[in-house]
Amino acid sequence: MRLALARLPQIVMTLALLSLAAWLAIGLMPGDPASLALMSDPRLTPEDVARLRALHGLDQPLMQRYLAWALGLARGEFGYSRLFAQPATAVLWPALRSTLVLVGLAVGLAAVAGVALGALAAARPRAGRLVDALALLAQATPSFWLGILLIILFAVQLGWLPAGGLPGEGQSALSFLLLPVATIAFGQMAAYARHSAAALSEALRQPWARSARARGASERQVMFRHALPNAGVPLLTLLALDAGSLVSGALVTETVFARPGMGKLLFDAVMGNDYNLALLALLLVALVTMLATLAADMAQHWLDPRLGDG
Amino acid sequence: MTRLRIGLVLLALLALAALAAPLAQHWMGLDPFQPDLFTRYEPPSATHPLGADELGRDILLRLLYGARVSLAVGLAAALAASALGTALGMWAAWRGGWVDAVLMRLADGLLALPALPLLVLLAAVDPAKLGLPRGEAWTDMLRITVILVVFGWAGVARLARAATLSVLATDYVRAARALGVTELWLLRRHVLPGIAAPVAVATSLAVAGAILAESVLSFLGLGIQPPAPSWGNMLANAQEAVFAAPMAAVWPGLAILLAVAACGLVADGIARRSGD
Repeated sequence: MRLALARLPQIVMTLALLSLAAWLAIGLMPGDPASLALMSDPRLTPEDVARLRALHGLDQPLMQRYLAWALGLARGEFGYSRLFAQPATAVLWPALRSTLVLVGLAVGLAAVAGVALGALAAARPRAGRLVDALALLAQATPSFWLGILLIILFAVQLGWLPAGGLPGEGQSALSFLLLPVATIAFGQMAAYARHSAAALSEALRQPWARSARARGASERQVMFRHALPNAGVPLLTLLALDAGSLVSGALVTETVFARPGMGKLLFDAVMGNDYNLALLALLLVALVTMLATLAADMAQHWLDPRLGDG
Repeated sequence: MTRLRIGLVLLALLALAALAAPLAQHWMGLDPFQPDLFTRYEPPSATHPLGADELGRDILLRLLYGARVSLAVGLAAALAASALGTALGMWAAWRGGWVDAVLMRLADGLLALPALPLLVLLAAVDPAKLGLPRGEAWTDMLRITVILVVFGWAGVARLARAATLSVLATDYVRAARALGVTELWLLRRHVLPGIAAPVAVATSLAVAGAILAESVLSFLGLGIQPPAPSWGNMLANAQEAVFAAPMAAVWPGLAILLAVAACGLVADGIARRSGD
């Protein structure tokens, strides 16, 4: 609890600095709302554009506009998305939910497969080299390339699964999730396999593992009843940390599979000059990432009281 | 040891392939930048060993030229980030006090942020508003390199700081100080060799990360702009053509995989050799 209280001001500070930096970066991007209006209606004269700029305060200095925007945010005014012509929150929540489902499934799958591989590597040193090689391969595979390869194989050549998008009426949501989940899980699985192999083989060498064997426990019992719970704490932390960074890392996978999640939303917002939405999406993703880190730290302290109530 | 060797040989081969691109172009007698609509999506043949892309350009030659861009950006960004990170980390550890506090809070802040969305946001900045010419291949490369350095130094700085602190606490540093050496000499002669191994590991991982990041940004259309080839933007074009030429999507990704795996092997090899 004390950890959370200590961390919250830090999170708020980081978000404030991030929003300022992003606001300045956006000031350097092509096009402002008035020039976009000019593009959509060529009959606008330069005087009209100047009037529009003055009306919406676009002729004010960047810093003043930032302060006005930040004050609005503090009052709970999140503004509108230009691209979707909807309140920004109405666009953000479904996207966040979609990403959380995708990342949750992928991390779950990767954790089960990774720990299984890690246990195999720890129990059989010969399999360990294979797991090592697999981990190296999986970590070097660009996720967007893997996604394209999966699309080519399962959607284009075999025609078993959809290439992307969202399920329509009467289509199963699972078939649309399968390929993106596999894409993310493959890369994550490697990291979990490596970490759990190291943690488990370390645990199997501990005195308590030896005494469990001396009491007549089978190798399997030692592995799953004794070693796994002990090696589990750092693994759980890793999982929570990953889940946070994956919410933003899913950007590429979501783009490849045309899934309207947080990452794709942010990308589309940046590309479509929808700067209010881009800013909010960035802040939301940063918030989720930092909260996941906080949750990881809190879980670690809760599971391992030796660390103290930091 | 063997890992280090395999990784270095792989990297050297890739670099050689990148350097040999104009030679291969001369030898094959093809122009990888000139569209040829009669050879669109041509399957592999004697003239086009890996086939031709959506504008009829030879895929093998574009891969070789793409290697120049991808490797140059990856190496430049990672080396600059790690030089900056090492210098700042050593400074923070040596100076202590508020310099240490400010630098490390900044590094923590950068590391806590979601990297990819920020990269996308920064990559979308219009170079023309900063007074740089737009649409030239070298400005794209410079832009991506600078962005990757801005985000890349923090991890190395943390590592270099921790390593420097442990070296500064050793008896031989105290002995050297007692002998009256200057602080600069101390840092160069004792600290830098002492932290070289972890920094080298971090640097080779940073090269891998930079190559991946460049390919992601170019894939998303925010990095190297066509017609200049990079492995990332070649994949973006290939994704449009999964029906017409599925194999065109295989080669650029394979090249990225090889480069990244080579860096991973080098990092692993150095870490094992230095006994971590």
